[in-house]
Amino acid sequence: MTLPAPQYDKAAVGAILEMVKDPEIPVLTVEDMGIIRDVDIEGEKVIVSITPTYSGCPAMEHISNDISTTLKLHGYGDVEIKTVLSPAWSSDMITERGRERMREYGIAPPSDVGSKGAMLGIDPVSCPQCGSQNTSIVSEFGSTACKALYKCNDCMEPFDYFKCV
Amino acid sequence: MTDKEMLFEYLLRLGDNCVILSQRLAEWCGKAPVLEEEMALMNVGLDLVGQARLILDYAGKVEGAGRDEDKLAYHRDAQDWRNLLLVEQPNGDFAVTMARQLYFDLFQQLQFEALVKSKDQTISEIAAKSLKEIKYHVRHSSDWVIRLGDGTDESHERMQNALDQLWGFTPEMFDMDAVEQAMVDAGIGVDVSTLRDEWDARINAILTEATLKRPDVTWEVRGSREGKHSEHLGYLLAEMQFLPRAYPDASW
Ligand SMILES: [Zn+2]
Repeated sequence: MTLPAPQYDKAAVGAILEMVKDPEIPVLTVEDMGIIRDVDIEGEKVIVSITPTYSGCPAMEHISNDISTTLKLHGYGDVEIKTVLSPAWSSDMITERGRERMREYGIAPPSDVGSKGAMLGIDPVSCPQCGSQNTSIVSEFGSTACKALYKCNDCMEPFDYFKCV
Repeated sequence: MTDKEMLFEYLLRLGDNCVILSQRLAEWCGKAPVLEEEMALMNVGLDLVGQARLILDYAGKVEGAGRDEDKLAYHRDAQDWRNLLLVEQPNGDFAVTMARQLYFDLFQQLQFEALVKSKDQTISEIAAKSLKEIKYHVRHSSDWVIRLGDGTDESHERMQNALDQLWGFTPEMFDMDAVEQAMVDAGIGVDVSTLRDEWDARINAILTEATLKRPDVTWEVRGSREGKHSEHLGYLLAEMQFLPRAYPDASW
């Protein structure tokens, strides 16, 4: 089997990055998560800049390896992954498609852009199962650094809420 | 000290607080009062590890002696650590852990808010990133202090004892010295002595809501800037550093 020769343009690299999933929420791609900050091509070298969601996020190393491996499997021999901190990642960077996929997966997506109310416990968080806004927080800290634990008072299901930061 | 040595020293002060406090929080793993709280403590600890890595990685580069974040974390003895005495104090009961956390979280929030304006771009970026996490930490510890203070007779008493027990370690947070001053003069650091009033005001508001009394404690202890620590740090380091020192090439 021969692979098509790698194309050194942003769109081609971007299409391959679409295959890299978030290891903690595998229905989302790293693009959906807003982790990819930039793609630079210098001759035959590909430089992907990524930004951590949380500074201690243990998935970052995994993601960085996945990106590198995926690109190498597609023939890109020279790949560099750079970590950038600024501007700091914010849940506003999660794409619309990412929010939709999250909801389908059973995680309540972070409150909409501009609304910081949910973070302060003012805006209701909608249950991803039944859509009810009659929900309450169980713990500010959930199964991973980026999630809080909620429960729905109508359908009684517990669920993860992706924190708004 | 040269400017570079001052900056390195300053970064150790910032980063070492995060390493040591995260190690203390990790000691709760498997024995927190409830599962949700265990996750919360581990998450806060994980945030602190992340902050520590960013800061110590930068410290290693500033020093330029080939020490990376792991080398700095695992191969320094107690007298070379620059964390506040507060954060190395043992966990005690849950109230002690929350008192320590509240004192530190509020301080770190004020310190990092000011560091966002640092002329040192790396410090400014790390501070901005960390602040998003610190806001959650502050809410977590203040919620617990209020809940325990305004709870049962026993929880109230234990919370008050915890606050009293650790109060004498807090003045050190606001001490200025030659390194701190040099960083302020260079536009890199923050004058921590100016944070005291705001910290006091926030603590007072939380304690009032919690029906707790501001500790009436006159003793003060300090020494971390010179590497003079309480005896607890040595034990903590012995546990934290054992593996990488016994098996220098261990990896997974
Ligand atoms: Zn529901």
